[in-house]
Amino acid sequence: MEIGKRVGLEYGEATRNAFGEALVDIGRENRDVVVVDGDVGNSTRTEIFGREFPDRFFNVGIAESNLIGVASGLAASGKHALASSFACFLLCNAYDQIRMGIAFPAADVKLMGSHSGITIGADGPSQMAIEDIALATSLPNFTVIVPADGPSTRAATRAMFERSGPFYLRTGRPGVPLIYPAGVDLEVGRANTLRDGVDATVIACGLMVAVALEAAYDLSGEGIEVRVLDMHTVKPIDRTAIERSARETGAIVTAEEHLLEGGLGSAVAVAAASLHPVPMEFVGLRNTYAESGDPEELLDKYGLMPRHVADAVRKAVARKG
Amino acid sequence: MTTRAGSGHPSSSLSTIDILTALYFGGIMRYDPRRPAWADRDRFIMSKGHAAPALYAALAEAGYFPADMLGTLRRTGSPVEGHPNMLVLPGVEASTGSLGQGLSIGLGHALAARVDGRDFRVYVMLGDGESEEGQVWEAAMAAAKYATANLTAILDSNEFQQTGPVQTVMPSLEPLKAKWTSFGWDVSETGGHDIDCIMDALGALSRATGRGRPQMVIAHTLKGKGLSPFEKDEINRKHGVPLTAEEARTALAELDRMYGGPGASDGPGASGGEE
Repeated sequence: MEIGKRVGLEYGEATRNAFGEALVDIGRENRDVVVVDGDVGNSTRTEIFGREFPDRFFNVGIAESNLIGVASGLAASGKHALASSFACFLLCNAYDQIRMGIAFPAADVKLMGSHSGITIGADGPSQMAIEDIALATSLPNFTVIVPADGPSTRAATRAMFERSGPFYLRTGRPGVPLIYPAGVDLEVGRANTLRDGVDATVIACGLMVAVALEAAYDLSGEGIEVRVLDMHTVKPIDRTAIERSARETGAIVTAEEHLLEGGLGSAVAVAAASLHPVPMEFVGLRNTYAESGDPEELLDKYGLMPRHVADAVRKAVARKG
Repeated sequence: MTTRAGSGHPSSSLSTIDILTALYFGGIMRYDPRRPAWADRDRFIMSKGHAAPALYAALAEAGYFPADMLGTLRRTGSPVEGHPNMLVLPGVEASTGSLGQGLSIGLGHALAARVDGRDFRVYVMLGDGESEEGQVWEAAMAAAKYATANLTAILDSNEFQQTGPVQTVMPSLEPLKAKWTSFGWDVSETGGHDIDCIMDALGALSRATGRGRPQMVIAHTLKGKGLSPFEKDEINRKHGVPLTAEEARTALAELDRMYGGPGASDGPGASGGEE
């Protein structure tokens, strides 16, 4: 992919790789960490943990419902359980098990869904999680984190094991632009301001943070100064940052590699509407599945490139009145 | 309980109650009601969560909470909810009520025992209708793979589900004994209302922490056992239907006659009403 290169962003590892390496470090420090995977450990990168800690790694086969139940039972007996698969299979196939076994009892289970969004690319829509943020944020007791790059994924992985209770961590397949330096911290529930501006705020998560930064760079050339927030924690959402951005910039655009229904945009809109309503525009998938293809070509075809974010900002700014 | 609540699943509860009696009061399970989170306790999971009234009765009798709370079943604010909620009631090991999920959770507990080197045992009560859920068989496969000898499933084979006999709704569910055997479990069968028979099946299980086959005990039970209004219903043994107040009075008097309760004509303390 080329996203972000034009504005000087370097490419780093895939977020799933950063997760897998961070998980092993955490497993070395905490003997209570156990991992349950649905025979995709070489994709979710939990296999690294499994090689080092075979007695604490359970590959339960291609059976996500049981996977979640086993993780729930491990947690109920005092383990810090990590359950992983492709995001679409984990959230969609085992949603009731997540509801009953993790959300309802507020179990100490961390879910990691990999291969999220449409940038999984060639494998096509059956493998693309585009509704997972809506599903995860709909569950009471859950914290939902969508990190933008490798360093922040490492920090997010560590942060969720420092807390008790259910988490959903969303990662992706391809290598992505580096937003943060190595060793960065991530404060759960607190958005990061990556660029300041006075004319509008783009609130993004995941890969779309890099897309937003490129759009902001282009808009600056037109005299539109855009604030960019990395809203890595979609739930609980940072209402303070949303209110401040609404007051100080007067327009908000959200950007996510997810359906518009129930995702980041919905969460930001609910907060903004009750705190300080301003014109808003939304970048995301519009009531559609994607298709097989090159990741960047798909981002372009489905309206998730920097030019789409820039168009949305121009529309929102024009509505400020 | 369910008659007072006006809803619930009394007949599905009654088919499990003799097994629960053996587990909790026959010396099979190791537990301490004063320490519901004791790490070495044995776990019992009521996967067929609609049999909650039976579980609650056993837990109250065991001392996890006062028996008078049973009268608050299904009332707003009561932890004695329609289906088991582990967050609000001590002794409840899993929140159930969505069928097919308890065995996976039990397997997770069993694996945790292995990770921690503990010798507790895990018991999971499944329904026969519940066994139509695919997740049950996912868990069956995985338990055999991990050779969790500390995991015992008990099948409450009461032969009825919501709309009719299991044999009619899903005739291909049988042969269950052959299915569980082929999945790598040690399978035994028992009469589900004969305490001696249940004790024979469950009382001899080892506390050794090594690997071995998980066990399935198929318990042949009667849905609504002991109360004639349920036993006589040929449609579905009055699934999910509590007795009316009048039916309950009649049925309880029958029980008293059979077991010598307070309403028995030969007075309290008598036993063996059939003799």
